[in-house]
Amino acid sequence: MAMLDRAARALFLSELVSGMALTFRYMFREKATINYPFEKGPLSPRFRGEHALRRYANGEERCIACKLCEAICPAQAITIEAEPREDGSRRTTRYDIDMTKCIYCGLCQESCPVDAIVEGPNFEFAAETREELMYNKAKLLANGDRWEAEIAANLQADAPYR
Amino acid sequence: MIVYAAAFYVFAAMAIASGAMVIASRNPVHSVLFLILAFFNAAGLFVLMGAEFLAMILVIVYVGAVAVLFLFVVMMLDINFAELRQGFLQYLPIGGLVGLILLVELLFVAGTWVFAPEAGQIVSDRPSGSGGTTNAHAIGLVLYTKYAYPFQLAGLVLLVAMIGAIVLTFRSRDGVRRQRVADQLARGPESAVELRKVKSGEGV
Amino acid sequence: MAELWHGYLGPGAWIVFKILLIVVPLLLGVAYLTLAERKVLAAMQLRKGPNVVGPFGLLQPLADGLKLLLKETIIPSGANPVVFLAAPMVTFILAIVAWAVIPFDYGLVVANINVGVLYLFAISSLGVYGIIMAGWASNSKYAFLGALRSAAQMVSYEVSIGFVIISVLMCVGSLNLGDIVLAQRGLWFAIPLFPMFVVFFISALAETNRAPFDLPEAEAELVAGYNVEYSGMTFALFFLGEYANMILMSAMTSILFLGGWLPPLLIAPFTWLPGPVWFALKIALCLFVFLWVRATFPRYRYDQLMRLGWKVFLPFSLFWLVVTAGVLVAFGWAPRLAG
Repeated sequence: MAMLDRAARALFLSELVSGMALTFRYMFREKATINYPFEKGPLSPRFRGEHALRRYANGEERCIACKLCEAICPAQAITIEAEPREDGSRRTTRYDIDMTKCIYCGLCQESCPVDAIVEGPNFEFAAETREELMYNKAKLLANGDRWEAEIAANLQADAPYR
Repeated sequence: MIVYAAAFYVFAAMAIASGAMVIASRNPVHSVLFLILAFFNAAGLFVLMGAEFLAMILVIVYVGAVAVLFLFVVMMLDINFAELRQGFLQYLPIGGLVGLILLVELLFVAGTWVFAPEAGQIVSDRPSGSGGTTNAHAIGLVLYTKYAYPFQLAGLVLLVAMIGAIVLTFRSRDGVRRQRVADQLARGPESAVELRKVKSGEGV
Repeated sequence: MAELWHGYLGPGAWIVFKILLIVVPLLLGVAYLTLAERKVLAAMQLRKGPNVVGPFGLLQPLADGLKLLLKETIIPSGANPVVFLAAPMVTFILAIVAWAVIPFDYGLVVANINVGVLYLFAISSLGVYGIIMAGWASNSKYAFLGALRSAAQMVSYEVSIGFVIISVLMCVGSLNLGDIVLAQRGLWFAIPLFPMFVVFFISALAETNRAPFDLPEAEAELVAGYNVEYSGMTFALFFLGEYANMILMSAMTSILFLGGWLPPLLIAPFTWLPGPVWFALKIALCLFVFLWVRATFPRYRYDQLMRLGWKVFLPFSLFWLVVTAGVLVAFGWAPRLAG
């Protein structure tokens, strides 16, 4: 009987037909992909994207040039130079990140005592030349100004877990 | 009628030219390609004669199957052609003599050629012209009545040739593991998977 | 002058017009078949498919064509240039000339020859030449291996296609494609000859080098098989030829088994649509199954493909041929010929 069953299955190509029925059903399922540049998937508040240097609400930059991020950076992508300013406070004169070296490990933002350097939610910063990926202090501060709302919201959302 | 004649001369000239190129071209693959062109032109001539069935069979059998195998073999040959042509001049006298003898013989044949007295009548009532029968039908009527035995015999000759080729080339080797699809498909989980309770700290 | 016009130029122009009437929609069909393939495959893999160029991606084939047209045609230095350039032309031309005998409706055919089936069979058996020439002329190992695979595969599956065609011809008693369609007025051959229909369809997949028989261009092991060295317009010709062959095989399936231009039932709501529309619908259905099969099955291994062709399909189709002949003779259903 099992023999007959197998023969009938083979003759009527039952496996092939059931396989094709499966793909046909899949045709009408909801798509797993999204229309990417027009629609975007959700991001975690902990997402580590493009770097940004933040400011306080009064416009003063947060970074105090402690160089912890430079020290901890495993890819040695960060270069910092610092001098006292006229008012005596310690600030950076140079804050460069080589984005081609960065491995987006997030250790810089973990080490930062004042939440100055953060990795924001932006991941669409592909450039046409290599030079554009050598970020300097102005670029990082501009990023901070641009993404401040999202970064602040993310930090607040993640705060209970820290 | 002009088109008909022009087509005839084009097909005929192409057939002869490509036939010449088969033996004249240096590259054997080109030779086979020219052979295929010659077959095509022969098929064209058949169509002009009203024998479209034969034309199609010629294309299917010779071009579609036989010449593919020729091409297959010739493409895989790895011959140094410069070397092959080195003795050409040396053998020219003998080759030329053979060619000359063949030419003389052909001339004799051509000189004494006469048409059979009934040939003209055969051509005039060729099957495709007579009424509604197609020439596939007409060939079938002749092939399976008058020529039934030669036809069967030809089939047998081909069968013997095929069996001979298989017998000559087949060798059964020991230790070859062949895939048996039926066995693989017949295998179910009950014969392929064994569930065992393995005690901790011991092997199976 | 008038004689020249009425005798040659007029009919010639009329024939050219008819040819254009077939070739232009055919090429458009090929273009949109590529889009349909991408869309159907995408849908079955839960993706969206091309939807950016034009509404629903409808201009995508044109963009692809333009891209290929503007690209450089590279002839490798080791290649045999004449054969290398002739191969895509052969593929493309063969895919187009076969349409001369396809009847789109009663009497609506460019060349109503009485060996139409044999002509189609001959042309489809010639399709291997474009591929084998391309493989040899490219002077590349991958291309050559692809060509060899393709040649062996197409020759093998032609045998079973031949038997299937013969069994249909026995039921019709004519080699003319129009007669074959008209013989299916009562019942499509797909129903009484269902096993042959399946064998024919699967062999058609192998004949057009489609998945799961796409070994000649297996990306995984042969990069792209016989068309590795081709670029630009030469590649486009291969591509067009291949897809035109798919449409041709679907047309052949619908003529031999699905009643060509005939509606499913010869009663009122079905007969409202004209014949060519039914024919196009049937071709589209067959093409959808081509794509559906590609989305469903993995590629065969080469020895399994040969086994299927020679050890399964050949004996099976031969057996069914004998059964068909026996039934036709036993019940006196065999068609009678005049004379």
